[in-house]
Amino acid sequence: MESDASKSYVDTIRRGDLLVLKIGGNWRLSGQLPDFETMPDPLQENPDLAGIAFNTKSLNDWDSGLLSYLFKCLQFCRENELTFVQSSLPADIQSLLDLAQAVPEKEDARRSLESTFFITRLGAWGIQCYRGALEFHEFVGQCALSFFRLLTGRTRLRWRNFLVTLQDVSASALPIVSLISFLIGLIIAFLGAVVLARFGASIYVSHLVGYGMLREMGAVMTGIIMAGRTGAAFAAEIGSMKVNEEIDALKTLGISPIDFIVLPKLIALFAMMPLLVLYADLIGILGGLLVSTTLLDISPPQYFDGLNEAVAMPDFYLGVIKGTVFGVIVAVAGCLRGMQCGNSADSVGLAATSAVVTGITLIIVANAVIDWVAAIYGI
Amino acid sequence: MAPENTHIEVRDLQMAYGSFVVMSEINFQVCQGEVMIIMGGSGCGKSTLLKHMIGLLEPARGSIFYNGVSFVDLGDREKQGMLRNFGVLYQNGALWSSMTLAENVALPLSEYTDLGEGEILDIVTLKMALVGLKGFEDYYPSEISGGMRKRAGLARAMALDPEILFFDEPSAGLDPVTSRRLDDLILQLRDSLGTTVVVVTHELASIFAIADNAIFLDAESRTMIAKGNPHDLLHDPPDPKVRFFLTRGGEEAG
Repeated sequence: MESDASKSYVDTIRRGDLLVLKIGGNWRLSGQLPDFETMPDPLQENPDLAGIAFNTKSLNDWDSGLLSYLFKCLQFCRENELTFVQSSLPADIQSLLDLAQAVPEKEDARRSLESTFFITRLGAWGIQCYRGALEFHEFVGQCALSFFRLLTGRTRLRWRNFLVTLQDVSASALPIVSLISFLIGLIIAFLGAVVLARFGASIYVSHLVGYGMLREMGAVMTGIIMAGRTGAAFAAEIGSMKVNEEIDALKTLGISPIDFIVLPKLIALFAMMPLLVLYADLIGILGGLLVSTTLLDISPPQYFDGLNEAVAMPDFYLGVIKGTVFGVIVAVAGCLRGMQCGNSADSVGLAATSAVVTGITLIIVANAVIDWVAAIYGI
Repeated sequence: MAPENTHIEVRDLQMAYGSFVVMSEINFQVCQGEVMIIMGGSGCGKSTLLKHMIGLLEPARGSIFYNGVSFVDLGDREKQGMLRNFGVLYQNGALWSSMTLAENVALPLSEYTDLGEGEILDIVTLKMALVGLKGFEDYYPSEISGGMRKRAGLARAMALDPEILFFDEPSAGLDPVTSRRLDDLILQLRDSLGTTVVVVTHELASIFAIADNAIFLDAESRTMIAKGNPHDLLHDPPDPKVRFFLTRGGEEAG
């Protein structure tokens, strides 16, 4: 009969105008506990009930499971103006129940979860977008002012921060840029091989690779890599500095955080992105060469001749200019999201995510705009 | 009743986040070389008041005067000049994590003085010794304990020999002995350098040990409800809440 003795149960007995709950067994959260809410409503069966009392003689072992049951019972009594005969409980349970009632619930503290009207939410979203755009412009303006201060000698470049960032956005980024650009060059050549072979024009594969890499993919892929790699790192770094009040410490020292943190990052990316794009172009073309020589029986001299015929310096400049613009975008998006970071640990993660999303979105938009302008001027 | 050597004066200050008013009608003065404590329960706006005083937040109304100059109305450049005379110790030290302790202390010096590297190093060594961190110059903030970080933060705050030192909860997270040492350090700095000190805290031991003067912020009425020396406030509280606070809630009013 071991299992019966340890099972939790509640029996209800009517005694005078009180309802006595006979509570017995092991009331532990790990076991199956009776639920107060699924019990038949005591008021329905006994409309003249005055209160609830307890009999805990056969209660063995208990924890918060029992307390939670009693607390619900207590609230039920309060709502229905019944007496809750607390003195019929063991002293230790009584003192815990007292503790739970010691501070009354704060009336307006509970958050209301009622959903707002669709239009209201849409309006709030619109205002939020508008504020976001304002903040973005303000930040870009501040960066420009800071750069202007640097040019006029009213602030100086923090060389240490600059050089650390410079290394991080150049040499340390080479492996991933190499891998991605090589694969992109390879993929463009594969596509070319499949499509061009139908027309017997496989020889033009170098046109495709050269044109694609130099004008578009070299810059765009490098931009996206840097947004994911460096933009997120900027946002996380600045965000955690903000959480740790390091930004405040700079401000109260009269040092502009833009000058101190953002400017070195901005200039480092601005200076290194053209070089990275150049490198990506080169590696991509080599990727194309590999496919051409192994799959298409095009010799390296033929490949490079085609390349020479297909692309000219303007194509190359276009890609490099794009890369420079993307570099600025990545730095601004990363630093902006870092500076907007809230004061908790999860907001640092959000800042990093948002930096990548903003960076990539702006890169794609800027790419389209630059292509459009280039088309107008016939570049 | 502004005494002649009033260093800081806060007049009719109202602090707000957007339309939510945190505190209003805050008026007090701090004399030269005085230790002023801003006390009150958790979340009542003590740190917010400190952030207003050091220019991190703009007041919704009212003004703050340092040596008779209105801080709030200053332009960026003048404000920057004034900030140079402030030293702030943040709750967790707020050391720049990418720099060693020595570099942290050296940064204000290299920003604001024309000292050469050797001289800066001498001052850094001195300040680190003053806070008992000699030998830890080349450690990064992540490599030392919370108490040490706080002391290093103090060394950085003291780097430019500021006229006013602000402390945000100096004893939070420190063991009683370290916290006591920090209190002693604050008093010594005040006595030897004549620094005016503003401390935000709710540590009763610290309050009674170091305060010359104190103001008590009350979250319910959203204003300050007491001003004066904490010992006097304990004996003759203007409001039962102040006494309740100063006696750790041990004695009800009356």
